[in-house]
Amino acid sequence: MDLSEINFAVLVASLIVASTPLVLAALGELIVEKSGVLNLGVEGMMIIGAVTGFIVGVETGSAYIGMMAAAMAGALLSLLFAFIILIMQANQVASGLALTIFGLGIAALMGHPYTGIKSPQISTISIPILSEIPVLGTMFFQHDLIVYLSLISVLVIWYFLNRMRAGLILRSVGEDHDVAHSLGYRVVTIRFLAITFGGAMAGVGGGYLSLVRVPQWTEGMTAGAGWIALALVVFSGWRPFRLLIGAYIFGGITILQLNLQAIGVNINIALLSMAPYLATILALVVISMSRFRGNRGAPGCLGRSFVKIT
Amino acid sequence: MRQFMKYFSASFLFISMVITSSIAIAADYKVGFIYIGPPGDHGWNYQHDVGRKAVDEAFGDKVETVFQENVPESADAERVMTQMALSGADMIFATSFGYMEPVLNVAKKFPKVKFEHATGYMTADNVSTYSARFYEGRTVAGHIAGKMTKSNTIGYVASYPIPEVVRGINSAYLAAKKANPNVEFKVIWIFTWYDPAKEADAAKTLISQGADVILQHVDSSAIMTVAEEAGVYAFGQASDMSAFGPNAHLTAIINGWAPYYVKKVKQGMDGTWKGAEQTFDGIGAGMVIIGPLSDKIPDSVKKEAMEIRDGIASGTLHSFTGPINKQDGSPWLKAGETADMGTLLGMNFYVEGIEGDIPQ
Repeated sequence: MDLSEINFAVLVASLIVASTPLVLAALGELIVEKSGVLNLGVEGMMIIGAVTGFIVGVETGSAYIGMMAAAMAGALLSLLFAFIILIMQANQVASGLALTIFGLGIAALMGHPYTGIKSPQISTISIPILSEIPVLGTMFFQHDLIVYLSLISVLVIWYFLNRMRAGLILRSVGEDHDVAHSLGYRVVTIRFLAITFGGAMAGVGGGYLSLVRVPQWTEGMTAGAGWIALALVVFSGWRPFRLLIGAYIFGGITILQLNLQAIGVNINIALLSMAPYLATILALVVISMSRFRGNRGAPGCLGRSFVKIT
Repeated sequence: MRQFMKYFSASFLFISMVITSSIAIAADYKVGFIYIGPPGDHGWNYQHDVGRKAVDEAFGDKVETVFQENVPESADAERVMTQMALSGADMIFATSFGYMEPVLNVAKKFPKVKFEHATGYMTADNVSTYSARFYEGRTVAGHIAGKMTKSNTIGYVASYPIPEVVRGINSAYLAAKKANPNVEFKVIWIFTWYDPAKEADAAKTLISQGADVILQHVDSSAIMTVAEEAGVYAFGQASDMSAFGPNAHLTAIINGWAPYYVKKVKQGMDGTWKGAEQTFDGIGAGMVIIGPLSDKIPDSVKKEAMEIRDGIASGTLHSFTGPINKQDGSPWLKAGETADMGTLLGMNFYVEGIEGDIPQ
């Protein structure tokens, strides 16, 4: 065992790539939940994004067009969910679960002719000057466009929620939809928009999986990433930056355990495979215990149907 | 309305019966196959389907083959095989290890149907098993890997710590070490046969730690894609995977089920098929095939690889020929001695020189 064999710069760079689908999907879900809707269909929207992104990427030869198609597919599927829970006022938990099952099934059907095909490549963009810094350059400044976009969206979403009037309205709808409604805000419309945004982000997360990270289409390739994204939202206390940290810890331990295996560390592998989940939960629990005790940040109306009182 | 539903469901039932019975066709002999994944995986299942098509071709109208893909290793497998047997299958090939219990259960219910189970070890009067000596192919791959590595580090992505996989690692290591005494193996276990994302992550990790040749004992072609991108070498698993890495692909260890399937179906038709038989064939019988060698391999190495292949095929060479010590230094095989079948089938130790432990 020789720790110096692990290339830490490459490790950090690959943990960022491994975490990016999680960051994207979880950010989308964060907005959805802030509007008071619990969408358990993240996994289903991700896999629809993955398969659509891959198919369109292969057919058009452009991974970027594939990514856009992935976003649209995720948004489209989430519209179905929005219709069921906002217009038909069905139970959100059950509808979300159904969305996941539906998504997994239809993705398997759509992707059937596309197993074992290569996808077009997304090139990495090395940021001038910064990418030439010895270690930091490899870690942070030689990624593809989507990675940079995911980091920018963390910033934008934080700013939107905490510094913009529109963000305040979104949060108020999530905290108490009756009050928001009586103030004249259109609860259903705002939730519609939030759900669609969440769907698009989950779709891009899925597309990143099939077009960049693997890159290949396989049935069930999201392998639970959607559920981890959901858990990250809760454990981060609905805060974008903590969510990013949580996702990177998760991805980091996943990659680290592979590295430890390769250098021949003698640790039980079941324990190592469990480590990412344990570490992420632990870290986020510790963060939320220390400073903002009591304030978990859960929206007051999370998961409740909005019935208009006239 | 109720009346209508009654007629509707009755006619529906009738129509579906007509359809199923018309699927249960007129050919003399009917053979069913069940696959664990899609034949489009370009790996394990793809090759079984190649075998099935060879049966189609060999017997023409006399034999009809049917297959079911994505059959989980659970009660579902039992359901699918029962359905096949009920619709007239005379012989069923169950092509994954985990079908063992379902095969035995269904075989008990249909004593006249002949069952062939891949890679299993339990038989019955109407159940035979078959497997391939994949480790023979890994001896050839290991030799090429040892000659091609410049960093002297070879990465190995392994699935489950079962004897078949451990055998492959040992066999590849021994050959690589013989070809290049400085060679070192790095093994990552990912505990799945088919998960492209995990396979890709494992391969990337091995490459980041200096491996410039990757061997795999998992089924997808994701590792080949990663190797191509990173500019390192890799070997195709089960099928030729050169389409996924034209520069990375050195050769492939191809599973050749076709001759076996044709032989067994023929035996079934003329009544010479026997149950409770265990077949374990290798390069010699054509069950393990070394794919075309890449132009990246120097001619001298190509020649050596072919000599090893032919030696194993003719029986003059054995993948495990002593002197070999176990990992802890205790002697296993004396000089000139070859491994016996029992030890190979239950292999649960690394040979001397491989670092790390086999997970328990």
